[in-house]
Amino acid sequence: MNVQSSSPSRKIVIDPVTRVEGHGKVTIRLNEAGEVEEARFHVVEFRGFERFIRGRMYWEVPVIIQRLCGICPVSHHLAAAKAMDRVIGVDKLTPTADKVRRLMHYGQLLQSNALHIFHLASPDLLFGFDAPPEQRNIIEVLNRFPEIGKWAIFIRKFGQEVIKATGGRKIHPTSAIPGGVNQNLSIEHRDDLRKDVDQIIGWCCAALAHHMTFVDANQALHRDFASYRSNYVSLVAPDGAMELYDGRLRALGPDGETIFDQVDPVDYREHFIEEVRPWTYLKFPHIRSLGRDNGWYRVGPLAQVNCCNSIDTPLAEAARKEFVARNGGSPVHATLAYHWARLICLVHCAEKIKEFLFDDDLQGTDLVLRGERRGEGIACIEAPRGTLIHHYTVDDNDQVASANLIVSTTNNNEAMNRAVKQVAMNDLSGREITEGLLNHIEVAIRAFDPCLSCATHALGQMPLIVTLEDADGGTIATRVKQ
Amino acid sequence: MTKPKLATCSLAGCFGCHMSLLDIDERIVELVDLVDLDKSPFDDKKEFDGPVDIGLVEGGCANEHNVHVLKQFRQHCRILVSVGACAITGGIPAMRNMVGLRECLEEAYLRGPTVEDGGLIPNDEDLPLLLDRVYPSHEIVKIDYFLPGCPPSADAIWAALKALLSGEAPNLPYPLLKYE
Repeated sequence: MNVQSSSPSRKIVIDPVTRVEGHGKVTIRLNEAGEVEEARFHVVEFRGFERFIRGRMYWEVPVIIQRLCGICPVSHHLAAAKAMDRVIGVDKLTPTADKVRRLMHYGQLLQSNALHIFHLASPDLLFGFDAPPEQRNIIEVLNRFPEIGKWAIFIRKFGQEVIKATGGRKIHPTSAIPGGVNQNLSIEHRDDLRKDVDQIIGWCCAALAHHMTFVDANQALHRDFASYRSNYVSLVAPDGAMELYDGRLRALGPDGETIFDQVDPVDYREHFIEEVRPWTYLKFPHIRSLGRDNGWYRVGPLAQVNCCNSIDTPLAEAARKEFVARNGGSPVHATLAYHWARLICLVHCAEKIKEFLFDDDLQGTDLVLRGERRGEGIACIEAPRGTLIHHYTVDDNDQVASANLIVSTTNNNEAMNRAVKQVAMNDLSGREITEGLLNHIEVAIRAFDPCLSCATHALGQMPLIVTLEDADGGTIATRVKQ
Repeated sequence: MTKPKLATCSLAGCFGCHMSLLDIDERIVELVDLVDLDKSPFDDKKEFDGPVDIGLVEGGCANEHNVHVLKQFRQHCRILVSVGACAITGGIPAMRNMVGLRECLEEAYLRGPTVEDGGLIPNDEDLPLLLDRVYPSHEIVKIDYFLPGCPPSADAIWAALKALLSGEAPNLPYPLLKYE
């Protein structure tokens, strides 16, 4: 750690923040009394997919656009394929195509949620936010908690195997095409996956149970850390059940009141608008009718569980009921509850995978449909990190004419900024800044499982820098976290 | 005996090559026996504090910060490997080279259908300067080995690592190198 100081004001730099996906930076400005005045979460990389995808043939988009993100490529692959279904005039896929894509999506959700909870976040929860930095990593988890290390490796591996069996490759799969899929699930792959699925469900449930020991042992921390009231947005099924592949948009207010419900994603522009601020490449979406100050919201597992009325798999539904009952029935606002909700989603995905492995439609041979060509396609999916919207127009030469992407982490932008500010004010103001305290900021950011390379349509790198500045914007102390 | 050190970074990539490294699955346990993980997105070591034996670079360079990190890696890593299409050619992010940076910024921040009040192009001093083009790693620093693929398979990464750790130049069979 590198600290430069010239009293009375300070600028602290953490570079890089680790165990999140993508390159971000936090600046914290202090007033003359050494209190936190402003805290910002910056995303510092930019790619420009919206522009350079223009001119590409529409059928190339699902394989190009997923290169936004190597952690959740399936989410982008499928969102683009769903948008292009609309472009070629297909509103409903064949049962085989629909289920192959859903199974791929549940494989993706399983591996990405496992990656986050085990590989990235678990060191903070197992060893403590202030544990020595050399301990805060998955290798130390493997050494000291081999059972959890086993879950990490094998749950993630199983999700990747599901993606390969349905998508052709583990990373950047190729099977979703406009109008359907180019392969079904082979009997050999199905039988291989069937052998392991019960074990995987068991391990997901064990991981959830293990996490509950953290929740129970740290009730005040869990309730209060980076906690604030907010709105929530996610897709839900027509009956309000959890729906992660398709469905319609629901937005709830902080007391669970409906802001809108059953909105067709095609109408997303009527409900969402994005503010651009000069200090970050990440836009700030909000609900139009509520405006900038009140219209921001959270997405991701916490929103997915808060927004739905039920989950259509028994183990996850039982866990959801406990989640709701323990929190009095209204939306859960605790930021650390993202992990709890993520584990409920993990269990749900494992259960859904089993359901599809015993569904003969996955071996069907009716894979692709075509309809009447349209000029526009809009699609929405619940990625591991929350609601993801893809919107394309395609010209008469079959070339993409425009693209607009609102990705999960962008939806959480204001929320992550608030979490950073709250932790900075509660934990840093007027105190000697230690490496451990700076990790508290990273813990808050990590709860959202941000995927910053998705979010900027930019480049992936883990670093995050925290700078503290004085009231005049001058640098007083610089802290490089290492 | 001290173990060899391994460092990794993701520059202008999508993190998919790092995911492919994790796809070695249970061999991670063997890897941990073979090497010590140094600076990497997977741990909280933020800066180099000494020489490292093998560095894996994912992604090309799209901004000055990428260049800074890549030069740090060259400075500290005895062997530096370009892993994946973006490090080797610039990859998909280098598609912006055909269009121009300003066009890309304007499309994203001024012309998007959900941009509020006409938008603006982010330009704060806290944001690293973007490069005019996206550059492959070997145009910035000397690279010792290139491991192609988008991403290279876990088996290819594993075979390359095992060879380097035995002091040999990786010589991978075609099935591990072909771009499927």
